[in-house]
Parts: sequence; structure tokens; C-alpha cells
Amino acid sequence: MELRRKLLKGGVSATLLAPLLGAGLLTPGRVLASEWKRSAFTAQNAADALTRLGVAASAESREIEFKAPEIAENGGKVEIEILCKLPNTRSLLIIAEKNPMPLCAELNFNGKALPYARVQLKLAETMRIRAVARTADGRNHVAFREIKVTLGGCGG
Amino acid sequence: MSEPIRIRAQLQGEIADIRVLMHHPMETGQRRDESGKPVPVHFIQTFSVKLNGQALIDGQLNTSISRNPLFAFKAGGIKAGDKLSVQWTDNTGAQRQDEITVG
Repeated sequence: MELRRKLLKGGVSATLLAPLLGAGLLTPGRVLASEWKRSAFTAQNAADALTRLGVAASAESREIEFKAPEIAENGGKVEIEILCKLPNTRSLLIIAEKNPMPLCAELNFNGKALPYARVQLKLAETMRIRAVARTADGRNHVAFREIKVTLGGCGG
Repeated sequence: MSEPIRIRAQLQGEIADIRVLMHHPMETGQRRDESGKPVPVHFIQTFSVKLNGQALIDGQLNTSISRNPLFAFKAGGIKAGDKLSVQWTDNTGAQRQDEITVG
């Protein structure tokens, strides 16, 4: 039952992929790059999601420019925009604190990509959104925005 | 077969604005259809944006990303004639990849 649930919930476990790796049908880089971080994404609160991603304390930073509407009439599509001005930002995490599964997205920036993103979220209710930026020195930085939602977005 | 990913890159001096629209239902698994049957969870889990085959952005998503989500990114070093491609994989294993030539 548990296995079936896992398969239904999407993706294939590493155990199932292992024989394919051995047979040379999949290259390890490809598998690693695309393995969805299930335990973090299915965590039911922000603290667990961050722990499962290995993110310890984050310092609040004014160098993260975070634009979000104060009020969202439709929680089904709420656009937020994040620009991190800290040097060597490698990734951004977007966390909707009161969603049933708070971790919304992890974005990793390579090459000449700027640590910038505009993303559309579903928000279940009025809540605080957290943007966590991870820099190459291993530090984590955070910024918050409160969004008031008049019509929740998880049912629709 | 899913609808093509819409990719647009606009050069603004040194920095290009990249917009990506992925057609996908992004079902949470918590919704019911008109007849009251639960709609199965169906969402994009991973995606990548590549410039001439080199990774620019790798992303992982949850069911809390909107239906038919639009993303915007920014990157330097993009010029006319470059190939910009986007690929996604959803929780059912379905994939889609599309590419544009920057104009």
C-alpha cells in the first residue's frame, strides 16, 4: 500500500531506478538533477520543510527584494516577484507558511542566471510568504511578505 | 500530448527577460469534479531552463503552483541566435520540452 501510494503520488523511487542506472540506461547526473525532493515538499510545516532541505537558521535580509500584493482576491493565482541582491546567491526557496504543504518551489540558478523569479502561487488563506536565499558561502537569508487572501485557492 | 511550453526572451541591454508559460492542470489532489469524484494529483515536479544546452535554472515545484503557471527569470550573456529550451517532468512521468531561438 505504501509503495502504491508513493508511485501514485508521483515519481519513481531511487530503488526502482537503480537497476536502470546499472544497465547504463540512465546517467547518474540526470537522475540526480531531476529527483524531486519529496520529503521536503510534502512536509506539513515550514520548519520541517527547511530542516529536510538542510537549511538551518536564516538571517533576515534587506537585500532580498520581495514584491507581493497586499491583498489577493483570488488565492488560486497570486504572483510574487523575488530579486536577491546578495552576491553568489545559488538558490531561492518559496514557502507559503499556512498552505497544507508549505514548500512551493526551489529554484537553483546556474551560469549567468540572475537570482530573480516571478512565480504564481495558490494560497489557501491569508498568510505570510517566506523567501529564503541560499548563498555559496552556505548561509541562508530570508524575507517575508504577508498576503491577505479573500478567496482561498486550494479547492479550485 | 500536452500543449507546447511558451518561451519568450526579451533582450534589454546586458540582461534578458525570460518568460515561460507551462500548460499544466497543476491539480492538488484535494479537488473534486462536478460528480464529486476526487481529481487525482497531477503537477509538474521538476523543470529546467537551458541556454544552448547549458543549465540556467533548475526548479522543483509543488502542487501549490498555479494552474498553467507563468514564470519570469533574468539572465545575462544571451544574444540573438541563442537556443533557449525548457523541459518539465510531472508526477505521472510525463515530460515536455520546447525550444526557441532568441530573436
